[in-house]
Amino acid sequence: MITCLGDVFFPEVGVAMVRLLRRLGVEVDFPEAQTCCGMPLFNSGYHRDAAQVAARTVKLFEDAPHVIVPSGSCAWMVKAEYPGLLKHDPALRAAAESLARRTRELSQFLVEVLGITKIESPFHGKVTYHDSCHLLRGLGESASPRALLRGVPGVELVELPGADQCCGFGGSFSVRLPEVSTAILDKKLANVEATGARCLVACDAGCLMQMGGGLTRRGSAVKAVHLAQVLAGELPA
Amino acid sequence: MSDTALRTPFPERAGAALKDAFLQEALKIATTKFIDLRKESFAGFPQGEALRDRARAIKEATLQHLDVHLERLADNVERLGGTVHWATTAEEAREIVLRLCRDRGVRMAVKSKSMATEEIDLNEALEHAGVTPVETDLGEYIIQLAHEKPSHIIAPAIHKTKGQVAELFSRELRGEFPADPEVLTAVARKALREKFLQADMGITGANFAIAETGTVVLVTNEGNGRMVTSLPRIHVALMGIEKVIPSMSDLVVFLAILARSATGQKLSSYTTLVRGPRRVGELEGPEEFHLILLDNGRSRQIASTLREALYCLRCGACLNVCPVYRQIGGHAYGYTYPGPIGILLTAMLKGNESVRELAHASSLCGACKDVCPVRIDIPRMLIELREHLDRERIAPWSERLAFKAFRRLLLSPGAFRLTARAGRWLQLPFVREGRLRGLPLLFSSWTRTRDLPPVAARTFRELWKELR
Repeated sequence: MITCLGDVFFPEVGVAMVRLLRRLGVEVDFPEAQTCCGMPLFNSGYHRDAAQVAARTVKLFEDAPHVIVPSGSCAWMVKAEYPGLLKHDPALRAAAESLARRTRELSQFLVEVLGITKIESPFHGKVTYHDSCHLLRGLGESASPRALLRGVPGVELVELPGADQCCGFGGSFSVRLPEVSTAILDKKLANVEATGARCLVACDAGCLMQMGGGLTRRGSAVKAVHLAQVLAGELPA
Repeated sequence: MSDTALRTPFPERAGAALKDAFLQEALKIATTKFIDLRKESFAGFPQGEALRDRARAIKEATLQHLDVHLERLADNVERLGGTVHWATTAEEAREIVLRLCRDRGVRMAVKSKSMATEEIDLNEALEHAGVTPVETDLGEYIIQLAHEKPSHIIAPAIHKTKGQVAELFSRELRGEFPADPEVLTAVARKALREKFLQADMGITGANFAIAETGTVVLVTNEGNGRMVTSLPRIHVALMGIEKVIPSMSDLVVFLAILARSATGQKLSSYTTLVRGPRRVGELEGPEEFHLILLDNGRSRQIASTLREALYCLRCGACLNVCPVYRQIGGHAYGYTYPGPIGILLTAMLKGNESVRELAHASSLCGACKDVCPVRIDIPRMLIELREHLDRERIAPWSERLAFKAFRRLLLSPGAFRLTARAGRWLQLPFVREGRLRGLPLLFSSWTRTRDLPPVAARTFRELWKELR
């Protein structure tokens, strides 16, 4: 599942994920009719609208044994909220519960399903990791991405002070209250720069858009990258 | 906050807070300290997690039979010689206190820290009626001198630096005081000592009230709570109806987690248990004890969206960890209860209309839910609240229209594809060094402070045709 931001703004992340999964022997398909998980609608309170998007998405992924998402928040949306959104239709609800069981965020799929923590990648250098809120507190995951980063021979992982604190994105929050959102971001980026890492790694398109947008605006040498790019060794220049 | 101040839109109030250097300094120091103390305290307390579950379960079960517990509480308080008053609204609660003051010739009332009295604007009402209210909690005393409102549930003057407090005391209490917390505390202590002796009435809130024994429990750190409940001849306690708990053994569960969540203390310095007025043969305590049970919108939510907000212990932990609160402080929210839980409580007390903007003052990061001693799912409830804003047509029509249009886009892969393609052309004038800057209209909210990645030369779905 490649959701809206990943499709339109970060296609390289999806490409990296596909190449990585294939290298690990996974057969990959991409149902082309997919668009977005519906979280922007859901989080802003448009639940009936989000339910229509969920109903559509559930059907598109009916036959996949595993659904892998390179974004913690979208994975959380599917796993935590789809069944509730579709509770009024028993068939759809059952399909949503099935999809929730089959859906995993990328790092969780690699570690839990494939049992892999060591991946050969040409990527090298000092990196730091930001815990995305939905992956950390929604899906309870903080170990898998770190284990995978440590598993890359050339990578040195340095802990980010306040790694578990929000980057200030929060979906529509980032444009409803841009000044507050940016003030939160500035704290985050000051911590990032203090680590001396050359790359800031995260597992969520939203956080990467926010933190990457802040880094280039302040002319920082630090690059915001997705875990899939590190593992696939496919970094932009 | 006054109605005029509330007329300033929330984003502007927040913006002003971001530019207040004193506020920023004070907030950073205080919230970081609270976060660390709480973390440390729970780290050395492995049974804490199970106690949090237990506390939540008690709150859940108590609310199921709230009427029974409240009646039991009232019966027991009256059996002990106290008087119980029921107030449906803030106005009724104020009127009860004012009537007591009138009937008993009260001219000065000392107060122990209480958010419930803030909620009903009691101080203003007392002043208006010619009764002098004196706040005796140090933080509350500071903001009363400064003619301000609390900006944090447990640390009302959190927004002030010690330098500002020294200036305030020097001006208001006529002296020259250094920015030394110890000196300043001694100054306040001396000024307040006389008030305790002069006051006719002591007013408190209640952290808990125990149905089975008729006990009102106050959790404080300065000892002022004891003076307020024992020196004046009348004690009035005001509590929200959700504060009742069934038994003493329940109290033990809450006490074990409340101070830890709030300040990282095992227990607060003082836990005051009040049972009615002074009895025959007792040497201290008030001649009269009054308990006011305040509804003010609470009972409406028992079976509704905001139910879980009624579990709140008012520890303030969710404020300390909230990235939004940490940036803007409490005053910018504009109502009695700030922070993430405050948004829910404001909706409960003032109606959904009042949180049209505030409901979105959260990135939904979930840090609040993690630290809440009774595990209130605040982000989830904020989302539910936003749902009500759509359904009740409180959200602006332009926003509702935009989201409906967005839904249509998501339901049609063709339209989705075309929109990306259109974006690719429209963005051309704004691409600088491979990033989008200076976008117009709505997008400027993003690009004023951050770059945006351009719509990719080829989206993933376009690249997929080759990857396949």
